Parts: sequence; structure tokens; C-alpha cells
Amino acid sequence: MGRYILRRLVQLVPVFFGATFLIFAMVFALPGDPIRALAGERGAQSPAVREALQEEYNLNDPLLVQYGKYVGGLAQGDFGANFRGREVSEIIKQRVPVTARLALVAFTFEILIGIAAGILAGIRQRGFFDSLVLASTLTVISIPIFVLGFLAQITFGLRLGIFPVAGIKQGWISYILPGLVLGSVSLAYVARLTRSALVDNLGADYVRTATAKGLKRPRVVGVHAMRNSLIPVVTYLGIDLGALLGGAIVTESVFNIPGLGGAVFDGVIRQEGTTVVGLTTFIILVYMFMTLLVDILYAVLDPRIRYD
Amino acid sequence: MAATLQLSESDSVETTDRLLEVKDLKVEFRIEDGVVRAVNGLSYGLSAGETVAILGESGSGKSVSAQAIMGIIDSPPGFITGGSVKFEGRELLTMGDEERRKIRGNDIGMVFQDALSALNPVYSVGWQIGEMFRMHRGMSRKEAKAESLRLMERVKIPDAAKRLRAYPFEFSGGMRQRIMIAMSIALDPKVLIADEPTTALDVTVQAQVMDLLAELQTDYGMGLILITHDLGVVAEVADRVIVMYAGRGVEKGTLKEVFGQPAHPYTEGLMRSVPRSDVRVDRLEPIIGNPPDLLRLPKGCAFQPRCPYEQEDCLVDEPPLVEVEPGDSDRATACLHWEDVYR
Amino acid sequence: MTELTQAESLSTPNPSGDDEDIVERSLTSDAWRQLRRRPLFWICITIIFLLIIAAAFPSLIASGDPQLGDQRNNLQGPSREHWFGTDLLGRDQWTRVVHGARVSILIGFLVTIFAAVIALTFGSLAGYYGGLVDAVISRVADIWFALPTVLGGIVLLQVFERRNIWTVSLVLVVFGWPTMLRLVRSAVISVRGADYIDAARALGASDRRIITRHILPNALTPLIVYMAITFGVIIAAEAVLTFIGVGLRKPAVSWGLIISDSRGRIQTHAYLLWMPGAILSMAVFSFILLGDLLRDAFDPRQR
Repeated sequence: MGRYILRRLVQLVPVFFGATFLIFAMVFALPGDPIRALAGERGAQSPAVREALQEEYNLNDPLLVQYGKYVGGLAQGDFGANFRGREVSEIIKQRVPVTARLALVAFTFEILIGIAAGILAGIRQRGFFDSLVLASTLTVISIPIFVLGFLAQITFGLRLGIFPVAGIKQGWISYILPGLVLGSVSLAYVARLTRSALVDNLGADYVRTATAKGLKRPRVVGVHAMRNSLIPVVTYLGIDLGALLGGAIVTESVFNIPGLGGAVFDGVIRQEGTTVVGLTTFIILVYMFMTLLVDILYAVLDPRIRYD
Repeated sequence: MAATLQLSESDSVETTDRLLEVKDLKVEFRIEDGVVRAVNGLSYGLSAGETVAILGESGSGKSVSAQAIMGIIDSPPGFITGGSVKFEGRELLTMGDEERRKIRGNDIGMVFQDALSALNPVYSVGWQIGEMFRMHRGMSRKEAKAESLRLMERVKIPDAAKRLRAYPFEFSGGMRQRIMIAMSIALDPKVLIADEPTTALDVTVQAQVMDLLAELQTDYGMGLILITHDLGVVAEVADRVIVMYAGRGVEKGTLKEVFGQPAHPYTEGLMRSVPRSDVRVDRLEPIIGNPPDLLRLPKGCAFQPRCPYEQEDCLVDEPPLVEVEPGDSDRATACLHWEDVYR
Repeated sequence: MTELTQAESLSTPNPSGDDEDIVERSLTSDAWRQLRRRPLFWICITIIFLLIIAAAFPSLIASGDPQLGDQRNNLQGPSREHWFGTDLLGRDQWTRVVHGARVSILIGFLVTIFAAVIALTFGSLAGYYGGLVDAVISRVADIWFALPTVLGGIVLLQVFERRNIWTVSLVLVVFGWPTMLRLVRSAVISVRGADYIDAARALGASDRRIITRHILPNALTPLIVYMAITFGVIIAAEAVLTFIGVGLRKPAVSWGLIISDSRGRIQTHAYLLWMPGAILSMAVFSFILLGDLLRDAFDPRQR
């Protein structure tokens, strides 16, 4: 098991450098004026800004050196700064808790409702509940997240007045609606995945053996089939965390939540490339860490992987 | 023509001391294209310590009949549409679910063909064997573990103590099969059904596993139902044989009776198509033709299209099961012209 | 005797003709037969067909002008003249939505095709040759995979001056190919060890021939399913990117833009959101459902 973890870590290293380099290159190495990418139209025209940015990002050095210094900075927690001199790491510190809470709410919904719906649909295949779950998940996946967000705002927030529609002033309850919206698509995927994995496993030979052993049906499904069915679901949940972090951008924008996504969005609107790059790098780091965790969880669930 | 006694389905000749009594079992599968009569009338009995072999090709209904006895047929699309299965005098087919469940694993055990897919890949073998004790006998984990160890040693898994925590994929095919056997006899069942236990194994490993089964049977006094298509295995271990074709039992008797002097054209064909060490032949004679499509069974005898003895009356109705020796209901055949075969 | 012939024909292999052709033909023809019978399939096809018509010949369906409107008629609800109402500038929403289809269909098409080509090429190479080739290709895919689509899209699009269909498509391809590649790669790996591949090699077939004639057809089935689903996902992704502001810009006509225009006015003029939103969702829905149906049809276990 330890060897497995080590192998995974080793595999992550090139991915980390590759991804951060990509981000870096996308901004600094592509044809076009990186200063414009960093500072926007107006910023590029100001000589003061130009000089400051050239200094900060070592734009006069060869690309690899630039990158090297950039990574060096990262290691020290320096994610760059925005135009008003504010350290991106400050922004991160302030906004991470908000986005983390939002992601947590979304994740909880996904797991609880998604897996439950998937199980119920899977046990009674072709039943009414099954068709209901399939149809509703398909619908949810099809509606783009921002439309879903607006819909939720209007229905639950304004018309029915149950949940707050914007900001986080009212504590945890303000996270419910945006969390639900953020997690909705993933919830749908989790439900479908659980359902199909369960259906597949319920037809497997070992389930027949478990029944032949005289075990009660709830145990056959809940202990024998579920453990195998959870494997693909867990894998998906891990990848999904990355999607959550990305999708948070839209949700935070629609619901006015001051999280990381909102910060990225602001950076985009104000054309503050520096902020965007810094925040994106941070998010990628978190994402990679989560995939490592998921891989470990996967190995715990499925012993065959450990010996791969 | 000697008078033959036709067996009626509600046969009252003595069989109450038998462990398992199957009478006229019928199982069908309702699928989109129609109805498949997987088992179309099967009757036999099993006593303690006895080995009954159910011999047939793929599609003959032998596995389905075993699953019907265990009560593990997926329904839908499978349905038991007739017959009776009595275990120690109790009717299984009409029993309540919970009662039936308690018999499964406890009194009647089953071993499946491919141990790799039949064992749960994500739990250790010790856990899976121990489950029998924890669930049926209410033992604690420690007690169950001790029992599992004992069983694994009994089926001769080397280094058993360490291997309790191993997973199915870490064992070889023969070892896995032993583990499955261990799991199925854990609670000392009175009947063990082995569905093609050696088909997926090498010949040498096959012999080891069959020896193990024979040993366990003697030790525990179990009745063994062996389902197979391998004539050689049957010849080695069976006391009695039931030959199945297209869902029906077409011949039954002791091993010597059925193999020595077949009373059904199909059985005779089987005997002729297998190389034997006592008779020298120039060519093996396969049975011509193919097994029938169970969705569209021909009228009359299902074997008729391939039968060298067929005549016009074979097309009319399914031949009923008749006794070969009057008075011995365990020696029977389902052929109108069996005497031509019997010679 | 007819019973016997029937039974025989079911179990004896066809002595003439390529075994492999038979396998292919029967899988796709079986799938087609199954699809044909399902009314849902025809509904999807119809919707997609209409979308394509709207993309190619918008004026056939909508008579208004997507760019110009009569200011005096602005912000009116749905009526007989303006089926979807009018927006702030008095433009007919129905016309705008119909014209918006072009962008979505084009981008969906470009991205799906390009990503598929990349995935097929590199996926089959990685799957077939394994070893170093596979390691390199897979690591590169992992790197791209580590960048969440929306996020990466934002960063990349920042760099481009022009935001048109091509740049947006490029960005979406860049983030879409890793998943497709993994799909193709695992399909190739699962077929690679088959006996008939060894047989082909023994007969002297070149690697290229083996890959194109024998291995790729097996990878095509899951790929086609995924392409249908991806088409839908891309349409949604473009809408999201445009909505955020990094996708297409005015004066382009895109569903994302139409919806983002409605932002401040949802409470009072909800139709500005509902109607384009419904059309967008329906388009995505049809493609994803089509992918689902295709997957069911190709699944041998469903027979």
C-alpha cells in the first residue's frame, strides 16, 4: 500500500510541473503581448505598469528561467499580486474558507442524494423510480449551470422565499441553494453512475454466490454489491472535486458569493491576468492533492489496485 | 413387447427417506423473443452419502435445475412453473422466503464453476468464509476467524493462517475452488450441489478437487449433486446418473446401468462419442446435428432430429418417462423405442 | 426438418465471408434495429435535425433581424409577432435564438470532430504500442486533465485577442481531448491481446493495417457514444464560457450571450431567461440522450 502511494506521488510530480508550466506558458509564451494578458488593454499602455510587471514576472529572462523563478515563488507561497499591490495569497486566504464551505455543501448533497437515488433506482431496475431518476438526472445535466442557478434563485429564493439568494450574510443557510445548484450536475452523474454500477454488480456471479450462501437480501446488496459498485463512483467523485472548483466560478457569480470562483471572475472582468493566473495555479494544486486522496481511497476500496 | 409401467407424476413409491426429492420440475424464462422452457420435467432423488451426477450439454437445463433447488433464480425473467422439490420431506417451492433462506447455505450448499467470478473480489477469503459463521451461527469475528482457519486447513490450503487475509485474485484456480468448497461446507450442509466445479480447471487440478469432494462427502455424510458435462468425471465419482437433454431428464439409473447399457439414444450416442480404454475403435462417432433452440422446441421428442432410431410416432408427443425394470422407479428412460436401444 | 435447419443456422458459423465483417455488421445492424424501434430516438433525431436547419438556414425559420430591433418595441413579452418576446433593444428574441443555434452547432461539431481525431490517433498509438509511447502520451493527457475545463478555458481565452468560433473551439478541444483519448486507449488495450490480432500479425499485416482495420473499429463504438454526449456538453460549455465573459463577444449571437443579457431583468422579464434557456437545455438534452440511447443499443448485454 505504501508503495502504491509512493508511486502515485511520483506520477504526480511531472503532472504538477507540466500543468503549472502550461498555465504559465499560456500566459507568457504564446504569441501576443503577455503584458496585455496580464494587465488588460489599459494596463498595457501604462509604462509604469509595464515596468512593474516586467520586473515582477522576469519577462526579460528566457522562458524557462521565468518559469523557474515562478515556481520558486510558488514554493514560498508567492502567487503573484494584483494591480493594487494586493498579494494573491492574501486573496486566497480570505476566500478559500468560503469556497470550501460551498464545495462541502455541494459535495454532501451529491453523496447523500446522489448515491441514495442511484441505489433506489438500481435495486428496482425498470421500475417507476428508476425511470424517474434517469429522466430527472438527464434533465439536470442538460440545463447549463447558470440557467439552473437563475431558476433556483427565482423559484426557491424569490417566489417561495425559502432560501437567501445572494451573499453569505445569513450563515450556513445561505450556502444551501448555491450548494445545491453547484452540486446538481454532479449529483445527477453520481446517481446514474451508482445506478449502473449497482445494476452491473447485481448481475454478477459473486452476488449469486452470496445469495446461495443464505445471506439476507439487504446484506447481499448493501455489503457485497455496494462495495464493488462504489468503486467507480468514488473515482468520479474525486475528479468531480476539480469540476466543483471550476464550476464554482459560475455559481458564485450567480449567487454573489465572495469565494475563489468569484475572485477569478472578478479578475477576468477587470482583466487582471495576474490574479487569474495565481488563483488558477492554486486551484490546480488543490485539485491534484484531491486526486491523490481519491486514488488512495480507491486503493482502500479495491485491493486489486494495490498490486497493479 | 414387455409391459412397461408408466410413471405417474404423483408417484407414491417410497421416497420419504430420501434427503432430496425432485419431481417433475419445470422452469421457464420469459424473454422478449418468447418463452424458454429451460427445465421441462425433471425428476430424481438423492440420499445421504450418495453422489448423483446430472449429465448434459450446455443448455440442457442442468444448472437451472440446481438453481431452482437453491431458490436463486432471478425472477423475472425466470419462473418455476411446476413440480415439487422436497428437502427432508419439506416442500421448498412453496416455502416462505425467510424459511427458504435459512436452508440455503445451512442445509444445502452450492459450489459454482468459476471461482474467480463467484467470489467477491474486494473482501478477503477469510472474511467471506467467516461470514457464514457470523451470519448463520451468530459467532463473533474471532470465533468465525478460527473456524475459517480450520476449514481452510481442511481443504488443504497451504500456509492457511497467513492466507486468511488474502484476496481471491491472489490464489490459483485450484486453490480458489477449494476456498469456494470450504465456504459451501462451512455449516455442515446435508446436501452439496456442485455446478461444474472442475470445468475451468486443468486435468490434474481437477482430480485433486474431485478427490477433495469425495473425502469431504465421506467425512460429512453429505449427499452430493454433481452437475457436469464431463463423462470422465461422472464415471469416476457418480453413484447414480441423470442424463438431461433439452430441459428434460431423458434417462436415469445407477452409473453402471446407464453407462453400461444405455436405454436412450442420446446416452448411447454420448457413450459412442467418447474414447474408451477398454474398447478399440477406428473412429469416434459424434452425435449428428445440434442441440435444439429452446425457444422453438420441435413437437414430439426433442432429440428426434438427431436420433438414429426415430420413427413417425416420435413426432407426436413428448415421450413419457418409463421404467426399464418394472418396479424400479430409479431406472427409467424417456424414449418410445428404448428397447431398440437397450438390446 | 425445418426446426433442425433453424437450429443449425443459429449455431454453425457462416463458412463464407469474413468472420470479422459478420461481427461488425451484426453489431451495428442489431443496434440500428433496436434504435429504430424507440420513439425517443426519433425525437432526438428530429430536434437535432431542426437545430442543424436552424444553424444552416436560419432565415427559413425566423424572419426577423438578429442584430437590429425597433427600440419602441423593447422588452415586450411573447406575442404573436414576437414568439419569444423582444429584448432591451427591441430585437426579436425568437430570431436571435434561432441564429444562436449556428454558433452552438458549429462549435459543437468542430470540437467533437477535432477532439475525436486527436483521441483516435494518439489513443490508438498509446494503447497499441504501450511502453514508452504510452507513458509519454498518458502523462501529457494527465497534465491537460489536471486543468479543469472552465478554469483552463478562462486562462487560455485571456490570451487570445479575437474571440471567435475558432478560438473558442480550439480552447474547448484543448480541454476535451484527454477524456476521449483515455476512452480510445482503454478500448484499444482491451482488444490488443485478442487472438485474431496475433493471427493478423502472423499473416504479415503491418502495424498500421492492424490498427486501422482490426483495432479501431472496436474503439469506434464507445467513441461514437461519447462523441454524441460530448457534443451536448460542449454546447453547454460554450454557453457557460460566454456567459462568464470569456467566450464569444458581441456582436456575435450566442445563446450564452442572450441569456447573460437577461441577467438584471429576470424578475420582471423572466421570459428573457426561460425561453432561450429552454432551447439551450433542449439542445444539450437531445445530444446527451442520443448518446445514452446509442450506448444502450451497442451494449451486448441488453439483447
